[in-house]
Amino acid sequence: MLEISSLCKSFGGLQASQSVTLTVPQGGITSLIGPNGAGKTTLFALITGFHRPDSGSVRFLGEDITGLPPEAIAKRGMIRTFQTVQPFAGQTVRENIAVGAHLKIRDRAQALAKAEAVARQVGLGDRLDMDAGSLTVAGRKRLEVARALATDPKLILFDEVLAGLNPSEIRDVIPVINAIRDAGVTILLIEHVMQAVMSLSDYTWVLNQGAIIAEGPPKDVVSDPHVIEAYLGKGMAERIAKREAASA
Amino acid sequence: MKTDTKLLMLIVVFGLIGLAPVLITQDSLLNIVIMTLYAALLGQAWNILGGYGGQVSFGHAAYFGTGAYTVAVLQVQFGINPWIGLAVGGLAAAAVGAFIGFCTFRYGLRGSYFALVTLAFAEVLRILSNSVDFTGAGVGLLIPLERSAANFQFASKAEFFWVIWVMTFAAFLTVWKIGNSRFGAQLTAVRDNEDAARALGVDAFRVKMGAIMLSGFFAGLAGVFYAQYFLYLDPHIAYGAAISVESLLVPIIGGMGTLFGPLLGAAFLHGLSELSRAVIGDAPGVSLVLYGVLLVIMVLFVPRGLAGLMSHLRGGKPPVSRAGGGKGHA
Repeated sequence: MLEISSLCKSFGGLQASQSVTLTVPQGGITSLIGPNGAGKTTLFALITGFHRPDSGSVRFLGEDITGLPPEAIAKRGMIRTFQTVQPFAGQTVRENIAVGAHLKIRDRAQALAKAEAVARQVGLGDRLDMDAGSLTVAGRKRLEVARALATDPKLILFDEVLAGLNPSEIRDVIPVINAIRDAGVTILLIEHVMQAVMSLSDYTWVLNQGAIIAEGPPKDVVSDPHVIEAYLGKGMAERIAKREAASA
Repeated sequence: MKTDTKLLMLIVVFGLIGLAPVLITQDSLLNIVIMTLYAALLGQAWNILGGYGGQVSFGHAAYFGTGAYTVAVLQVQFGINPWIGLAVGGLAAAAVGAFIGFCTFRYGLRGSYFALVTLAFAEVLRILSNSVDFTGAGVGLLIPLERSAANFQFASKAEFFWVIWVMTFAAFLTVWKIGNSRFGAQLTAVRDNEDAARALGVDAFRVKMGAIMLSGFFAGLAGVFYAQYFLYLDPHIAYGAAISVESLLVPIIGGMGTLFGPLLGAAFLHGLSELSRAVIGDAPGVSLVLYGVLLVIMVLFVPRGLAGLMSHLRGGKPPVSRAGGGKGHA
């Protein structure tokens, strides 16, 4: 569904993205993990048109969308959310979600009705008339999900929707994401919460210093020595293996 | 407030205003009502772009002056009927809006940068109109007096009242419609967070272009009315900073991004300036000092304007700033 090949981007001397190649198959949940500063969010921005890649290509549903503006990409059915939540403060939850709904729906009343339905789906049904700016962090994360969902997307890119939530809130949101997948929407998520990556995703790509260093089912990837070293430092994979051998 | 309730209120309010020429027989009093409606029209024009779109313009005189000069030049130089000039003036002002919008939004100018560029455009137009012949240069244009309805010059204030009443009502209905449409939802989304709006598929450039053209159109209509009402124009009146200031002062005092804000602001400002004239006399500059003090007070203590204050008193949202919510919002 989404094919990224040899995508490069540098900011001055910093290579934020070094020839990244990855694919997201239709259906299911694919995850993208990596230590802080690995370039995950930059990659999202490159895919969705917020940054223009220096070279390489992004293909979505078989079409080349490299360098298109964000709104054109959104219209094709690929929607991103933001890591730092970006509500339209001063507008109600209903109005916020309706902006997403308006992508496909011209009529105001229909868009508002759709917003209400989506809000219930993500568990915001009781806060429809609240000012989006006064939502809690967990509420804002849900709002990000709801706005994206209201556009009727084919592929959603979630940028750390679980970050900043406490364990019980995470437990509440995971079923919401699963339900979106079950409704037939493909999901690519950036996530730090490993519990979520393990329980949600079918396939994982690991990014470190702007390059893909591993891929595979989440269970295999977390035991990959390259991945352990990227997170914990050089030599750690060896020490862990030794300790496990000793205890076994 | 539900949108249907708003429409009903709008019709009732304009219905009541419509009683003015019946109840008020004194020309000087009716003149105050006319000037208030005219200020509300100008303020509502600014409100579309500044209040709903978050693009704060310091140069709405560019559209006002274009409307005014269009109707005047067409009459004086080409003998074209001012009713035709009314339509052409509005469209010409919208075209100026499209040009300024293209030059600024194309390159992503936001906030104070956008405000400064609009100021510069208005100044350029002022200097141009001061130096070319067909606008009468610095001397200005005097529209010859020929009182007749066919000539958009009425003998009685009541007839002028109806013209400005219709124009202003049309502007307010348009803004009501904006508040109840996809265009309006996208416009306020761009105001509150342009990146988030674009991520949801909102074409921010197109939406802002729509807003600046509509805004320019209504400001142009206000300019046409001004020219026909006073029958005299010069570069300072048409493109001067005073018009730009008035057009932003009215909605800021009344309540940016609200339907009734410009009407409240216009009534308040004109009431105040009449009061100051009665108390202090016609000393030059007094009203400007008052405006300045008022603006400081409003921005500091009532950032959501009179409309926000009123909804707060009725038990609605607290009168906090909407401006604080959005990124790139001056």
